[in-house]
Amino acid sequence: MFKWLHPYAKPETVYHLCGRLMPWLMGAALLLLLLGNIWGLAFTPPDYQQGDSYRIIHLHVPAAIMSMGTYSAMAIAAFTALVWQVKVAQWSVLAIAPIGAVYTAIALITGMAWGKPMWGTWWVWDARLTSELILLFLYLGVIALSGAFSDRQTGAKVASLLAVVGVINLPIIHFSVEWWNTLHQGASITKFAKPSIDPSMLWPLLISILAFKILMLALLCMRLRTAILVNEQHRPWVKAMAGD
Amino acid sequence: MYFQSWAEFWAMGGYGLFVWLSFGSSYIMLAALVWYSQYQHKQFKRQLSAKLAREKRLQQYQEQTD
Repeated sequence: MFKWLHPYAKPETVYHLCGRLMPWLMGAALLLLLLGNIWGLAFTPPDYQQGDSYRIIHLHVPAAIMSMGTYSAMAIAAFTALVWQVKVAQWSVLAIAPIGAVYTAIALITGMAWGKPMWGTWWVWDARLTSELILLFLYLGVIALSGAFSDRQTGAKVASLLAVVGVINLPIIHFSVEWWNTLHQGASITKFAKPSIDPSMLWPLLISILAFKILMLALLCMRLRTAILVNEQHRPWVKAMAGD
Repeated sequence: MYFQSWAEFWAMGGYGLFVWLSFGSSYIMLAALVWYSQYQHKQFKRQLSAKLAREKRLQQYQEQTD
């Protein structure tokens, strides 16, 4: 049933596929990010309680959602690498971790800049903020562990193990605003209920979320290609390509 | 546009510092990640072709001296 997937485990195929997709993904991501952010910054009405400070939502929410989405992708790649020993999956884990780390940092920094005017403080040790900070440390842990062993294979395996174990943090982040008393507001967009945000503000937000998602894929393509080259540099196909 | 003037747009209803701090730092981080990923790729490609060219020269030299 999944046999059609097999060629995509071959590094050479993935290298060329990523090379073809990358420019389109990067272009689409930049266009959507500009569209969503300019729309959100200049062409939506201010919030009735928060005034214009709420416009930070157009970066904060996409970065926060995709910091978790990127982690799920990394954990799936790590699981695939550990169980089926697919090399491309293993390299994807290390290629994707810095993207997730940057997204998490953006979510935290924009959250601080939003928290100062609205809550009166840059930071509180409450459940949502702390669990998101732990997510950043998980990403940094994966990056650090992969480089901490003299044998690259061992490092990659240990990093994958951490990535899989760290999945436990995702539901904690998601439900932290319901399980604990917190300064952080609940979700404005959910899958099952009508969004508690006006459509005029929702559309640019959804576009920005899509932009962050596509940007993640574009960056993954770019970084995975480098990883494939580094790991396959002694193979004939790489030599034939880079030699001329 | 919702704002009446550019000055009003930059002021963001008094929250300018926080809004532009958010957008500025986020764009800088994203741009740095994109730039660095691209730089790493190009850098490694350069190194690799230099290494392969060196190996080729070495091989040619050995063939000449034999």
